Amino acid sequence: MPDASTLFEKVWAEHVVVPETAATPALLYIDLHLIHEVTTPQAFALLRERGLPVRRPDLTLATMDHSTPTTPVSSFRDLAVVGESAANQIRQMEMNCQDFGIDLLGFDSAHRGIVHVIGPELGASQPGKTIVCGDSHTSTHGAFGALAFGIGTTEVGHVLATQCLLQRKPRSLAVNVSGQLPAEVTAKDLILAIIGEIGVDGGTGHVIEYRGKAIRALDMEARMTICNMSIEAGARAGLIGPDDTTIDYLAGRPRVPQGDAWDTAVRRWRSLCSDEDAEFDKSVSIDAAKLQPMITFGTNPGMVLGVNDPVPDVGDASFRKALDYMKVTPGKPMSENPVDVVFVGSCTNGRLSDLQQAAGILRGRKVAQGVRMLVVPGSQQVKMRAEELGLHRIFTEAGAEWRESGCSMCLGMNGDTVASGQLSVSTSNRNFEGRQGIGARTVLASPATAAASAVMGRIADPRTFN
Amino acid sequence: MDALTSLHSRTVVLPIRDIDTDQIIPARFLTTTTREGLGDALFHDLRYDQDGQVRQEFPLNDPATRDCDILVAGNNFGCGSSREHAPWALLDYGFKAVISTEFADIFSNNALKNGLLPIIVDVDTHNWLLAHPGTELRVNVGDSQVELPDGRIIEYPIDAFARYCITQGIDQLGYIQQQSDAITTFEETRSWKP
Repeated sequence: MPDASTLFEKVWAEHVVVPETAATPALLYIDLHLIHEVTTPQAFALLRERGLPVRRPDLTLATMDHSTPTTPVSSFRDLAVVGESAANQIRQMEMNCQDFGIDLLGFDSAHRGIVHVIGPELGASQPGKTIVCGDSHTSTHGAFGALAFGIGTTEVGHVLATQCLLQRKPRSLAVNVSGQLPAEVTAKDLILAIIGEIGVDGGTGHVIEYRGKAIRALDMEARMTICNMSIEAGARAGLIGPDDTTIDYLAGRPRVPQGDAWDTAVRRWRSLCSDEDAEFDKSVSIDAAKLQPMITFGTNPGMVLGVNDPVPDVGDASFRKALDYMKVTPGKPMSENPVDVVFVGSCTNGRLSDLQQAAGILRGRKVAQGVRMLVVPGSQQVKMRAEELGLHRIFTEAGAEWRESGCSMCLGMNGDTVASGQLSVSTSNRNFEGRQGIGARTVLASPATAAASAVMGRIADPRTFN
Repeated sequence: MDALTSLHSRTVVLPIRDIDTDQIIPARFLTTTTREGLGDALFHDLRYDQDGQVRQEFPLNDPATRDCDILVAGNNFGCGSSREHAPWALLDYGFKAVISTEFADIFSNNALKNGLLPIIVDVDTHNWLLAHPGTELRVNVGDSQVELPDGRIIEYPIDAFARYCITQGIDQLGYIQQQSDAITTFEETRSWKP
């Protein structure tokens, strides 16, 4: 390793069990393995087939989020699970966790929620850790200065059995964000602008480090929103060096080191940063001060523009196919499009501050007639906290639906879907064709823009609500 | 997984870039707990309309492409989610290789671990292949080479270890298990414990 190294290189080096060679990848130790019901059944089946135990159940944290219903009920046991196969998947998750001795934050747990919301919430996501999950948005945990990335089910099996992964070392990409975000422009707008700038494959093969004054100024939930969407730029992971904001967030959470161990951990975490003269393989610079609320207009998160800007009129056949699917007109602003559905939630924007942003716009206002608005907290803890603050009343009085936690309409595999042809303004992370339902047209936006659009019944600029 | 040492097949072409895993297999098919039978769900919403009718214009619906082992697709194939159901569906349908100018990282990892070969070619070769569906190709997996009909040989990049595993038909778990002593030593001697 050269004298000066990046944060990513430091975390990587600390976890190499067997170094990589031309013939073989590095063997990398994993400190935290998050698992959920959708990408694990086949991995547990392999362990059973080979008679293998889970090597470190104590480093494995399980929940159920993807195929779980979000309809409000008084007891989680009563939740109607959509479809027999989803119910079977959930039963298998319970059985696998029980048989292999893994702590499951299941239906009865007050800590259940989207895997990328509960890891940080519990204090399990910490600086310097390697964190993996069979889910591409695992990059979220990079907000803490962890090396966190999504893996497939075969690799889930590798980690369950050995706590290790075979990996080639990715390259590094610095995204420097200078200046200060204008008022009403959020982390979601910033990450959409970054993806628009570097493209949906701009980060392929790289780990992004988000740096600069505008990043330092973000709170932890905003940093999670940024790191969460690193995968939408194709990046292997995205991370932010830990600082006081990180440490203040973690202090007092249930799964952080306690007593003297906390002080030791904090000292170690404070040393985790890229050296000043560390070199990145690539770098990009963005001026936060020039940004405005951003929305997508096409069928990938790189097809993005300012909320009032006209849809561009340049592009190849794939570009035109996307515009046809979205039924949007080049040269016209997106605000011309009536909105059918508004979704506030997901591992990108389902945390308390996101709900507060949306509630700030909705307070004393109504969701426009004909618009269905769904507010899905990222975890049961977020739900509880939001209800303590009375946010649920703001949502329901405005005419929105207030739900139990889960992935919900982000990917629509639990029955929360957008009907064909409908336009959805969504605070989630993917506007792929059919992502929210067959034929659904998704516009990605911040919680503020989503709420403003719900009130106006068409895509709207949240800055006009002041 | 089965060993893959060579391929000889015509191509079927999807001339679209950024084909994401939601298009390869929509999320509603992910409630399965096995890896079998996902070929029916492959490109489901591109193959069938909302009434379940076959979209005749979609290349995979041309019966002449049914025995093609090689899919040629636009740049950045497999972007999006980490679902391994994507390569499972491609393999179950019958594909053994996908050719593009770039693959998303997680998709590529997942594909290689299941014996589905991601072949990265240069833009010129890619453009030619996109423009010539049904081209007969020979792939020598051990040498990482594709032979075009005119006899031209193109070498493609692939991780040496992944190539070894794919040509031998072995999975990587056994290899990691052999490092068990090193893993234990790492756990016992690291400077801090997670």
